[in-house]
Amino acid sequence: MSDESKDTWSVAGKTFTSRLIVGTGKYKSFEENAAAVEASGAEIVTVAVRRVNIADPNQPMLTDFIDPKKVVYLPNTAGCFTAEEAIRTLRLAREAGGWNLVKLEVLAEAKTLYPDMLETVRATELLAKEGFEVMVYCTDDPIMAKRCEDAGAVAVMPLGAPIGSGLGVQNRVTIRLIVENSKVPVLVDAGVGTASDAAIAMELGCDGVLMNTAIAEAKEPVTMARAMKLAVESGRLAYLSGRMQKRRYADPSSPLAGLI
Amino acid sequence: MNSQITLNVTVNGDARRVGAGATVAGMLREIGIDPKRVAVERNLSIVPKSTLEEVPVEDGDQFEIVHFVGGG
Repeated sequence: MSDESKDTWSVAGKTFTSRLIVGTGKYKSFEENAAAVEASGAEIVTVAVRRVNIADPNQPMLTDFIDPKKVVYLPNTAGCFTAEEAIRTLRLAREAGGWNLVKLEVLAEAKTLYPDMLETVRATELLAKEGFEVMVYCTDDPIMAKRCEDAGAVAVMPLGAPIGSGLGVQNRVTIRLIVENSKVPVLVDAGVGTASDAAIAMELGCDGVLMNTAIAEAKEPVTMARAMKLAVESGRLAYLSGRMQKRRYADPSSPLAGLI
Repeated sequence: MNSQITLNVTVNGDARRVGAGATVAGMLREIGIDPKRVAVERNLSIVPKSTLEEVPVEDGDQFEIVHFVGGG
């Protein structure tokens, strides 16, 4: 890779340079959130769709701080437990934003926030038929990821670990298998806790990483955002560079010849 | 239509009264919401932004008014 600037990825006909997607939840303030997005270099941010507070409709809004004309808003279906709830939410999201690119997550239970893959695949199919371009949060299961792709997903986003857990990529083998089997971009979504976790995801060949809590709940979210940017870039470069083979034992780095 | 009559509607789960003859956009402005900045669902169907100024509010309508907030 002689020219790093040419290392782009595309989803739903849009091309991006940054491989880091960041969430906009859990921040102490809109200002901190905006500064973290800036430091992360992210070109896509996830957002949720929620009721306007009718009692106080003039509260500051996310769009006042993070400009949807400069950063792609990727609406999610967080909190939806059925395909129908998710589809209803995304129809509203499409109307609110005016675009078709969305993130689908259909959850099975509150404790683990693990995706319900039967509902997820069903929703993916229905949304694709309605003209949505669906990036799908899924289990780290190569077969389920394939099912999502077959149902019309424009990207598959297997979890590294449960949402908000910060446990890191738990199953490197299946993430690698998903990368190898997919024709659409693969992004690790959820579970990243610190920079090395993001680098691992990228070293496995993922096209990108999506995270929220790892940045928002860091003591210093803005510097953590920068750490994540560098980690994703490092992991990507390492993947492209082709790592050395592992050996069972030592192999000296200095020549043995000419030893005094 | 008699403008003295009010319509009973539900907005984001709360009961509200709206003057008869109001459009959806008119109702939003009355609440203090800029119609351009939200998405509206009326009785489970999307009201396209382009039609907010024309669609009349009817008695018993259920509205969901949403926007983007921070999320992961």
